[in-house]
Amino acid sequence: MTNVKLTTPAFRAHKPPRTGSNMNTKAGRGIMMGVALLGPILLAGCIKLEAPTEPIVIELNINITQEVIYRLAEDAGNTLDENSDIF
Amino acid sequence: MTKTAKTRIWLASGAAALLGLGLAMSPAMAQRDPAYAAARAAGQVGEKMDGYLGVVGSGTAQLRAMVDDINIRRRAVYAEQAQAKGATLEEYAFTAGCLAISRTEPGEMYVAYSTGQWTARTASSPDRDPRCP
Repeated sequence: MTNVKLTTPAFRAHKPPRTGSNMNTKAGRGIMMGVALLGPILLAGCIKLEAPTEPIVIELNINITQEVIYRLAEDAGNTLDENSDIF
Repeated sequence: MTKTAKTRIWLASGAAALLGLGLAMSPAMAQRDPAYAAARAAGQVGEKMDGYLGVVGSGTAQLRAMVDDINIRRRAVYAEQAQAKGATLEEYAFTAGCLAISRTEPGEMYVAYSTGQWTARTASSPDRDPRCP
């Protein structure tokens, strides 16, 4: 549908200086919308998201100190010996 | 807590201690289930750094179920021992993991420290966390 204007609109007395955004002009809005729509389309075409084949391992052992490990080592060794069916 | 409840707990823990003693004293220590032993030897399961057993690759449902079962039992042991030693479950499990990796035999799988990948144990010492004893 087209809008037909019956009268010629009056020309602006002066051309306002351009500000930072051109969002307030019809053309500007068109361009911005185009860019906004184009962005995701381009991205969708380029980026492939794939689930990793290996499970992601998050290391939670970084806070364990060597001192603690050495203190537990002997007992842990006995534990392994005493539970040889599951180790 | 009532006195009766306390007595009951004492009796229960006494019975548990006796049972534990009985198990520890049994001449033949329980050995690995044949399915577990076979999976280890075939490199289908391996030792992880956190002290638990892992399935190498995707595995089968049966294999995963077996590993889960073993890990639940390991966790119970770790929790008990960790409490006795005043350590956290993770600390105890990690220490046990260090030792379990040390004790793998050539051909068995473990997670190597430097790569984080499943690696077959060779005749030389395994690639473990530098904090391991």
